[in-house]
Amino acid sequence: MAPTSGDVSELTAAAAIDRVGAGEVSPAELFELYRDRAASERLGAFLLVSDNAPAIPAEAPLGGVPLAVKDVFCVADVPSTAASRILEGYRPPYTATAVERLAAAGAPMLGKTNMDEFAMGSSSENSAYGPVLNPWDEKRVPGGSSGGSAAAVAAGLAPWAIGTDTGGSIRQPAALCGVVGLKPTYGSVSRYGMIAFASSLDQCGPLTRDVTDAALLFRHLVGRDHRDSTSLEYPQPLEAPTAERLDGLRFGVPPELTGEGIERGVLDVFECVVATIEELGGGVEEVSLPHSAHGLSAYYVLAPAEASANLARFDGVRYGMRSGDGDLLSLYEETRAEGFGDEVKRRIMLGTYALSSGYYEAYYGRAQRVRTKIVEDFTDAFERVDLVLAPTSPTVAFELGERTADPLSMYLSDYCTVPMSLAGIPAISIPGGLSAGLPVGIQLAGPAFSEPRILDAALALERALAFDGGPARA
Amino acid sequence: MPEPVADRRYEPVIGLEIHVQLATRTKMFCGCELSFGEEPNTRTCPVCLGHPGVLPVVNAEAVHYALMIGLALGCDIAPRSLFHRKNYFYPDLPKGYQISQYDVPLARDGILGGVRIHRVHLEEDAAKLVHAGASGRIHGAAGSSVDFNRGGTPLVEIVSEPDIRSAADAGEWLRLLRATLKRLGVSDVNMDEGSLRCDANVSIRPAGEATLGTKAELKNMNSFRFLQRGIEAEIARQEEIVRGGGAVLQETLHFDPVSGGLSSLRSKEEAHDYRYFPEPDLVPLAPTEAMLDRARAALPELPAARAERLEHDLGIAPDTARLLAFRSELGDYFEAALAATDGGAPDARTLASWVTVELVPRLGDADPADSRVSPGALAKLAEMVAGRAVSQSAAKQVLDVMAAEGGEPDRLVEERGLARTESDELGAIVDRAIDQNAAAVEQVRSGNEKAIGAIVGAVMRATEGRADGGEVQRMVRERT
Repeated sequence: MAPTSGDVSELTAAAAIDRVGAGEVSPAELFELYRDRAASERLGAFLLVSDNAPAIPAEAPLGGVPLAVKDVFCVADVPSTAASRILEGYRPPYTATAVERLAAAGAPMLGKTNMDEFAMGSSSENSAYGPVLNPWDEKRVPGGSSGGSAAAVAAGLAPWAIGTDTGGSIRQPAALCGVVGLKPTYGSVSRYGMIAFASSLDQCGPLTRDVTDAALLFRHLVGRDHRDSTSLEYPQPLEAPTAERLDGLRFGVPPELTGEGIERGVLDVFECVVATIEELGGGVEEVSLPHSAHGLSAYYVLAPAEASANLARFDGVRYGMRSGDGDLLSLYEETRAEGFGDEVKRRIMLGTYALSSGYYEAYYGRAQRVRTKIVEDFTDAFERVDLVLAPTSPTVAFELGERTADPLSMYLSDYCTVPMSLAGIPAISIPGGLSAGLPVGIQLAGPAFSEPRILDAALALERALAFDGGPARA
Repeated sequence: MPEPVADRRYEPVIGLEIHVQLATRTKMFCGCELSFGEEPNTRTCPVCLGHPGVLPVVNAEAVHYALMIGLALGCDIAPRSLFHRKNYFYPDLPKGYQISQYDVPLARDGILGGVRIHRVHLEEDAAKLVHAGASGRIHGAAGSSVDFNRGGTPLVEIVSEPDIRSAADAGEWLRLLRATLKRLGVSDVNMDEGSLRCDANVSIRPAGEATLGTKAELKNMNSFRFLQRGIEAEIARQEEIVRGGGAVLQETLHFDPVSGGLSSLRSKEEAHDYRYFPEPDLVPLAPTEAMLDRARAALPELPAARAERLEHDLGIAPDTARLLAFRSELGDYFEAALAATDGGAPDARTLASWVTVELVPRLGDADPADSRVSPGALAKLAEMVAGRAVSQSAAKQVLDVMAAEGGEPDRLVEERGLARTESDELGAIVDRAIDQNAAAVEQVRSGNEKAIGAIVGAVMRATEGRADGGEVQRMVRERT
């Protein structure tokens, strides 16, 4: 019996690729199905939906399964705004490497997803084009900054998506929406064409319904790009994960990321996951990351410092919004005053201050030293354990507006994800269970270029936890 | 007792900062070709226009050239140098920051012509602003346009230590540096077109004191003459302030080539805070041994060394040696001519003056390599003079013809009957002249040396200039 379109939308991307391969559904049908869903959604997940499916070659490994793309990626001739007013109407003259590679592999762009402006935020409320709603509870946020991508995947508006993670922007929304999110090793995926927030931290990665899909997208994302000097050839071939057991794997639980400040319901799920790991043959021990408590402070110096320079190009001279009375100073001031949202302005000011003459050592210099300490913490930890295990987010999805008045409480959302970002190491968030009906994300981190190990362990856990679910698909 | 301020002697202390546009094929951080007067904004791409999401990639050829410069200036090459972001807003700076090197430059601690080199680093050039309106500057302009063709052109900045003590020395040293860079082939070094730009840091201090005075930075001196005039004006300005009991303020001054005056661009208080920090989009620049070997192998003999060799090994006069060394095309021409003489006559010194004194004025602005006079032909002509086959004055006539029409000197001499008159034939002419100028002979005999001119003149007239003046003089003296 031929599957109905409703059946197909329940499938993971890997399963959909198999159906395409078996000739049961065509890439064009798949694209139309998702295009219609994305075009009529009411979560605010999409900023733009593609009109037409490009022709997909029959041998394309990703089978034409359409991809939701965070609006932080430049796509030639397609409005690309990073959810900022200042880029309204901007159509880049080129396409980001990540989008180009996935399209070439057979994952055409379904549309551009909503996000926190310039990826600055943890709730996707900082979009100039309205917030994104969490499909599990529409009064709650989907997390951020890749909230549109996470919500789209969770709600079945897209089979899979890509986002970017600077301090947790893939992992935290994946956790809050009950999907899988992988932040790869810094340098493994090209940043060319990603509108930069903090260049030494930004990394592109997949948001998917399961671990297998994440591994599949990741395999097609990696590789040296001559246009990104910080990108590297992935040092080993990437295969699909297959593990069912965790025998012999040592997991380290840092007390610093599982104590004070972590919600009880999150810790309960976390403890269940620890028990599952042990049932699967894995060893769990405590491993300290003594400087991780300072990670957030260092992050909120370094990331804004880089952002203050990265966002200087939005001056109204060459593209995007332009305001002012014609005088140069007024062009700069008015364009930026009207074009940037509050959180972006806050971070530009923080970063500008941190780099100012006389303050550089006290802020930027010191934060760099903290970063080095955090790298060393992980190096030490990985001499004892194979993977670090922690909650992804201190809380489940919070209510819209709950933290917007208090930036510091918002910044705490990244408490468990920032240390891995500062260390440049890979980390995945998978759904670990529910707390009060909302998903809780569990984070697995490993040394640089240990994605195969992380994905294998995540797959074994995913099978054993049998997290089902999801919200009613839109 | 301190000497009165008005009588005190002051010593200028000058350091130069030179920006050199590298003659690479493409820009510093993208694949756009460099521009030579193309239509505005035709040599651009998303990277050099500072579009969102783009990333810089270092130009390997620019690094090679910068390494050559560092090595040529005797610098230590940093095993790992860093790129930084220099942040400021201006329409000619598309990213809102310039990628430059800051605390760890590519090369440092060198020396050229007795002036120490502080540092050598790589960076990118800004775009070009064109202001509509009478002032030609941004303030008061009716509108401004940006041409991004130049934006992103590779630049090397060379900073000297404050080892220069006069405006003339500054000009002279910049000439040496320019000749060195030209010899390296890494830049067009054209000051008019801005491929070589020089700023000067100038201060004065009481002669003999070791501490430095407060410096002013002079910008926009786009010729050797303006550099010298600008520095002279600044030294005078500072001396006047100090002699009047005032203090020099740290500021940046703009040289106006029309008035020859200096106007303040900004004071120390108005100085930018560039908020430098390491460029996270680039990895440290760590030259490999192979890159260093390649740069070393690419170094030609440099002007300072060449001048030294020409003077000491070949006995060429210092000024001539410097001229040949600093204009390497002349030096190359001279050395080719010297090789053609095969070690025989004329000597190097004579041949050098044939090149610099006789050939150069006949070339105009042309490159000697393009002239109709081949080095071998000039050497042959000089050899004929030295071998007394043709007189000096006849040889100059031959060179005129060669420079205008080309040709071989021996053939030209024969065709035009310019061969030196045989001595016995000349002897008869001299004897006749002595007979016909008895009065002059009488005067010469009574000790009036000048009177010999009349007799020599008669001989030269009779030979139509083919005789050698010196030779005629000698013969007249013998026979009177």
